[in-house]
Amino acid sequence: MIDLRNVSKTFTLHNQGSAVIEVIRNASLHVAAGECVALTGASGAGKSTLMRMIYGNYLTQAGEIRIGGVDLVQAEPRDVIRLRREVLGYVSQFLRVVPRVPTLDVVAEPLRAVGVSADAAQARAKTLLTQLNIPERLWSLSPTTFSGGEQQRVNIARGFAHSYPAMLLDEPTASLDAANREVVLSLIEEAKARGAAIIGIFHDEAARARVCDREINVSRFTPGLAA
Amino acid sequence: MTPLLSVQGITKKYGAHIGCADVSFDLYPGEVMGIVGESGSGKSTLLGCMAGHLTPDAGKVVFDTRTDGPRDTLTMSEPERRMLGRTDWAFVHQHARDGLRMGVSAGGNVGERLMAVGERHYGDIRDKAIDWLGRVEIDADRVDDRPTTFSGGMQQRLQIARNLVTGPRLVFMDEPTGGLDVSVQARLLDLLRGLVRDMGLSAVIVTHDLAVVRLLADRLMVMKSGRVVEAGLTDQVLDDPQHAYSQLLVSSVLQV
Repeated sequence: MIDLRNVSKTFTLHNQGSAVIEVIRNASLHVAAGECVALTGASGAGKSTLMRMIYGNYLTQAGEIRIGGVDLVQAEPRDVIRLRREVLGYVSQFLRVVPRVPTLDVVAEPLRAVGVSADAAQARAKTLLTQLNIPERLWSLSPTTFSGGEQQRVNIARGFAHSYPAMLLDEPTASLDAANREVVLSLIEEAKARGAAIIGIFHDEAARARVCDREINVSRFTPGLAA
Repeated sequence: MTPLLSVQGITKKYGAHIGCADVSFDLYPGEVMGIVGESGSGKSTLLGCMAGHLTPDAGKVVFDTRTDGPRDTLTMSEPERRMLGRTDWAFVHQHARDGLRMGVSAGGNVGERLMAVGERHYGDIRDKAIDWLGRVEIDADRVDDRPTTFSGGMQQRLQIARNLVTGPRLVFMDEPTGGLDVSVQARLLDLLRGLVRDMGLSAVIVTHDLAVVRLLADRLMVMKSGRVVEAGLTDQVLDDPQHAYSQLLVSSVLQV
């Protein structure tokens, strides 16, 4: 489902003496449907960079990133937009939303974007928010004023609203208490069971051991770090 | 799929000075394109050329019309282009007073565009005007007041209602949230996003506010000295800018 072949990335900092930093070299990996793969490696090894490249958030200079038949490296912006709407979900570490939009609508939005009716989308959003222990009295408020943990859970609810065939999870269990961590892990297990291909970054080793089928150490793609 | 708007090699010179040079892009239905750049980078000139307010020296602006398919709007007759400007196109000015008739009531401002496309029944026009005032969160009891009695944010929302009442397919916006305080900006952004999604609008938004494009635009073009220096997915251009000028632009934003 997710297929990377010889992917490379450099950053060129034009305004800092045109420094060129090579961050990923010749990364190849494959994630099958129903499989969850963890990216591991020390801080700075390039886990988040690689994940952002797979999402198309960072530009990839060389190689192929194929997801659901689309090569993200060559794809037109509108193809990437469609892929993100329908196929590829991403739960980032931070929630970024339009101010003033109620939490319920924030969570329902990915479903509305794929054409689900307002009622059905809201029903799904309510189920997820209830599962993730966001009190109902907060649903009509904008999440911008919520605590860090609450925002993270809203972010996860939003990320799991639509059943994406491929998902990227950046530390989904960070800053969660035991009960909510359990909910998130079961959401990941459900997604795997329905056949989603998942790539995750987990600093929580127990969580990683439980949901991930394999680990890929990113340092072997990092120039200068690889032995 | 046919692009809704296909801009090909638009060039506009002011004497020896370049307004914008050789700008090309395709916009598909439902897409929002942001154009950013510093003052004088040519973004408003480009918008003016696309919307028919300025005559470019070279290039084509091909619009997928409802009746005849793709047509170059620059070679259309003036009446045809005016009709397009009243029906399928809308233009939201930075200063609401440029897009409103300040001596006419709020309801009249919205109704005028309806009458321009042939609506004649007073009751229907008034009902539609009130419906649209509600959508942009202006109280129905202000329908007979002139926009001169409105705040800046209300005037901007009224301008949006006036523009969208005829159900356009393409909206040009020039700094739509410029000059408004931040709480009003957030309301307007929320409103615009909802309208884009619910009406399937396509839009071209010129702004210098990177936060606005991040929230509204799917795609982004960065302009400098009349030329497009970088284009791509909005979040990719903002998070991983490739061109020296885009990097400078992104790194110059103050964090809040």
